[in-house]
Amino acid sequence: MSKLKVVVVGNGMVGHHYVETLATSDVDAEITVIGGETRPAYDRVHLSEVFDGKEPSDLAMTTREHYDDLGVNAHFGDFVASIDRDAKTVTTVGGQQFSYDKLVLATGSYPFIPPVPGHDQAHCLAYRTIDDLAEIKASAKGKKVGVVVGGGLLGLECANALKNLGLEAHVVEFAPGLMGVQLDDGGSQMLRRKIEDLGVKVHTSKATQLISSGDQHRLKMEFADDTELETDMIVFSAGIRPYDQLARDADLKVGERGGIEIDYQCKTSDENIFAIGECAVLGNFIYGLVAPGYRMAEAAVSQLSDDKVSFTGADMSTKLKLLGVDVGSIGDSKGLAEDSRAFVFSDERDDVYKRLNVSADGKKVLGATLVGDCDDYDTILQYYLNDIDLPENAENLILPALDGEAPSLGVDALPMTASICSCHNVSKGDVISAIDGGCQSVADVKSCTSAATGCGGCAALLKNVVDFELTARGVEVNTDICEHFKHTRQELFTIAQSSQIKTFDELIEKHGTGHGCDICKPAVGSIMASLWNEHVLESDLVQLQDTNDNFMANMQKDGTYSVVPRVPAGEILPEQLIVLGQVAKKYDLYSKITGGQRVDLFGAKLNDLPDIWSALIDAGFETGHAYAKSLRTVKSCVGSTWCRYGVQDSVGQAIDIEHRYKGLRSPHKLKMAVSGCTRECAEAQSKDVGIIATENGWNLYVCGNGGMKPRHADLFATDLDTPTLIKYIDRFLMFYVRTADRLQRTSTWFENLEGGLPYLQDVIINDSLGIAEDLEAQMQHVVNTYQCEWKTAITDKEKLKRFTQFVNSDKDDDAVIMVEERGQKRPATDAEKKRLAFKAVS
Amino acid sequence: MSTVICKVEDLTKNSGSCALLTQNGQQQQIAIYYLPNTEQKVFGLGNWDPIGQANVMSRGMVGSIDDELVVASPLYKQHFSLVTGKCLEQDASLPVYELAIEDQNIVLKS
Repeated sequence: MSKLKVVVVGNGMVGHHYVETLATSDVDAEITVIGGETRPAYDRVHLSEVFDGKEPSDLAMTTREHYDDLGVNAHFGDFVASIDRDAKTVTTVGGQQFSYDKLVLATGSYPFIPPVPGHDQAHCLAYRTIDDLAEIKASAKGKKVGVVVGGGLLGLECANALKNLGLEAHVVEFAPGLMGVQLDDGGSQMLRRKIEDLGVKVHTSKATQLISSGDQHRLKMEFADDTELETDMIVFSAGIRPYDQLARDADLKVGERGGIEIDYQCKTSDENIFAIGECAVLGNFIYGLVAPGYRMAEAAVSQLSDDKVSFTGADMSTKLKLLGVDVGSIGDSKGLAEDSRAFVFSDERDDVYKRLNVSADGKKVLGATLVGDCDDYDTILQYYLNDIDLPENAENLILPALDGEAPSLGVDALPMTASICSCHNVSKGDVISAIDGGCQSVADVKSCTSAATGCGGCAALLKNVVDFELTARGVEVNTDICEHFKHTRQELFTIAQSSQIKTFDELIEKHGTGHGCDICKPAVGSIMASLWNEHVLESDLVQLQDTNDNFMANMQKDGTYSVVPRVPAGEILPEQLIVLGQVAKKYDLYSKITGGQRVDLFGAKLNDLPDIWSALIDAGFETGHAYAKSLRTVKSCVGSTWCRYGVQDSVGQAIDIEHRYKGLRSPHKLKMAVSGCTRECAEAQSKDVGIIATENGWNLYVCGNGGMKPRHADLFATDLDTPTLIKYIDRFLMFYVRTADRLQRTSTWFENLEGGLPYLQDVIINDSLGIAEDLEAQMQHVVNTYQCEWKTAITDKEKLKRFTQFVNSDKDDDAVIMVEERGQKRPATDAEKKRLAFKAVS
Repeated sequence: MSTVICKVEDLTKNSGSCALLTQNGQQQQIAIYYLPNTEQKVFGLGNWDPIGQANVMSRGMVGSIDDELVVASPLYKQHFSLVTGKCLEQDASLPVYELAIEDQNIVLKS
C-alpha cells in the first residue's frame, strides 16, 4: 500500500506540532508542510523577547534541516491559494500543486484591525509575526511615543515591547478595563495600577474615531469623547480573527463569527480535511492558546492511527507575567455562574488582588482571578481541574497565612490524571511512571518527561510531586553529603565560612564524625580552596585532595600521569610550542591536542613530574588545572583581530577572563569560551560561561554543557560592557560555588534551581538577595591570592616529598610497560604484556 | 623479625606512600598509610590494584565507612579495608602487611 499523503497548510506552533507528532508516530505518511512565512515555525508566545535581546533564531522551534531529517517535504514563503476538494489537491499562489489524501488546515489567525478611518497609513502596524517586529523596530527608531490599541494579553505584551524599545508606551482600550476576557473588575483595576506604576499610560473606554496626522508627532488619534492623543506609531492588537478564507472558498462549514467548524475529531465538514489551532472553531469557541492547539494537533494525528483520541475542549486557565506583573485566571474567573459565591482579597499596599469563586455549597472551585501574586495558582488550579472537594474555610487558599507558610494542596490528594505540565501534557501518572522507570530527581524527571521545560510555570508543583513520591517509596531524600557530616555541601560551605574553619580536622571534629571519606574530603578540600585559596598540598590539606589534585596531574589507567600546561585562550608562542616538543621528547611523552585548545602530554612518571614542570615553568607556562575541579579553559576564536567577520577582540577578552578565574576551585570543572561574533566558532553556548561579541558589547550565556548530557546555555544578559560582564561573571560563579552540590555542573545546578533563569537574573543582576558585594569580594580574594601551584611546589622540599615512586628506592614501577604506535608510546595491553614477559624469559 | 623500611618523616599524615621491598628475590610494592589519629597509626597493604590493574593503591584516599578504616582506589574508587585488605564492593582483596613504628622508623613485622 502506498504511503498516506498528508498536506499541512500552515507552519505556526500548532502546525509544527502536528508535523512533528505525525512524523514521529507509527503512521506511515508522506508529509508536506506549506508555510506562508519564509521561516519555519517559531515560538510566537515569546515574541516580545526579541526586543529584549533575543535573536529571531532563538525563537525557532525547528529548522529546514530538522524537517529534512524527519523526511518532511517543507515548502515555505508561499501561501495556499485554493483547495480542490474533488481532485484532492491544493494550489499555491506560486503556482505549485500538491495532492493529498488528508489535508490539515493550521492557518492560524490574523490581528483584527478596527476599521477606523486612517488605520491603513504608514506607522499603523500589527503585532503577530517576526516580520511585524522588524517593522515595529524600524518605525520606533529615534521616536518617542508608541500606542498599542488593545488592552488584552497580546496588547500588554506589545506595550512591554514598545517600552523596551525606549518609547513612552500607551495602551488604548475600547472596554472599561484591561484584560476584560480573563479578569474581573477588581483584578483589572489592580493590573492597571501596577502597569501605570511601571510607566505605561493606560486609556480605557476609548473608541478611536479617526487617525490623522499629528502636530508634535507623526499621528493623531481622535476619540469619541472628543479627546485626542498624539503618537509616532500605532500597533493594533485588538484581538484575533481566524484565517478561514481558504475554507470559505472551498465551501467548508464556518462558524457564525468565523472559524472553520470542527467536530471532536478535529474534522471539518469534509471528512478528509482537518482544522486545528486558532483557525478552528469547536462549538462556537476558538481556543486561542497554544496548549489546546497542541491537543487538537495530537487528536487530529490520532485519527490516522488505530489509537484515536478526541478533542472535546480545553481548560483556558492561564498564568503569565505581563510587564513583570503576575496575572492568573482560572475557569470562571469573574464568577458569572448563577450560584457562584466569591471570596475577595485586596491588598492595596502591596498591590495584590485575589478572587476565588466557589459553588454555593462551598465545596468546589469554579474559578479565580489573581493579580500581583500567583503563588496560589497551582493549588487552586488543581482543585479546579480535578474537581477536588475544598477544605473548610476555603478562603485560606487566597489569604496570606498568618504563620508565613502558604497553605498548599497536598500532592497526594491529586488524582493520577491531574495535569502537572500543560505545555507538554504531563500528568501526575506520567511523573510517577518516570519515577518507577528509575528517575531519582527532579532533573531526571524533567529530562525523561519534558515536564517543566516549556513555560516552566509548573516547576514548583513538579518538585513537590517528585519529592513526595520519592519519600513515599522510601527513597530517602537525604541531602547529607555522606555518613560523616549531617549537612549538605551548601551548609558545610556556610559553616566553614562563618566559623572561619580552615582545616578538615577542625571541621569534622566540630561538625562531623569518623575519619571522612573520598566523598566528603574532596568536597571539603574544594570548599577550603574556594574560601581561603591556600595551596592544595599544604600539610593540612593534602589528605583532602582526590587522585588528580593530590599529584597535580591526571592519573591514567596504568598509574602514569598526563600533564597539561595552561594556554590562555589557546594563544601560544612558537618558542613555547618548541619547549612543549622538547619536554615531550626528553621524557618520552605521548602528545595530543585537547578539545580546550591546549596540549596534553601523557605517560609521565610520578617522579618525573617536578622536573617536567621546572622545564615548562622556565618557558613561561603555568599549571593548567586539568587535574582540578576548577576553571579549565577559556576557548576563543581569533575574533576581530584577524577574522573578516569578528566584531570584538575575543582572544584578548578570553585571555583576560582565563587569567582572572584560573585557579578558582569550584564544585565541578568549569569551561568557558568567547566568540568574536554570532557565528559562534568558539562554541560558547555549550559552556558553563559563554560570551559572544555583539556590535555593542558582549552577550553573556550561562549554564551550558557539552559532554554526556549537552545543554544549550541560557542567554543571561545582552550588550554588556567589559566591567559589567566581569561583575556578572564574578557574582554568578561565586553564587554557584556557594550553593551547588558536590560534582554538580552549572547545567544541573541550574535545572534544579527553583525559580530558574528569572530568579538567577534577579540574584545576579538586581542583587535581590543583597549578597552581590559579598560575592564580588570573595571572588576578588581568590583572584588576589592566585598562585601557580606547580611553581610553588617545585621550590618546596616538603611538597616535593610526595613525588617519588618509592620512599625507599629510586627504581621505577616495573608494571608500567609501553609499546609504540604511530610513532609514539602508549600503555601495553594485557596480551602485549604477556607476550613481552614471555620473550624476556625465553 | 623486623625490617626497617623508612622513617616516619618520609610519610605524609592521613595519606599513603609506597615502599619497594625485596623478599625471597621477589620485588614487592607495599602501600603504607600513616594515620596518626588512630590507635594503630600505620597500615600496610599491597600496592597493586587488582581491579584497576596498576600499582596505585598508595595514592588512594583514606577514610572510614561504618567505623571501618578504608582506602579508596584512585582508579575506580572501590574501598579496601586497611585492616583486612578486603574490598567492600567486589570480590577482591589486597595482601596485608603488619607494620609498626619503632624509634621513628617504620618497620615490617614478620
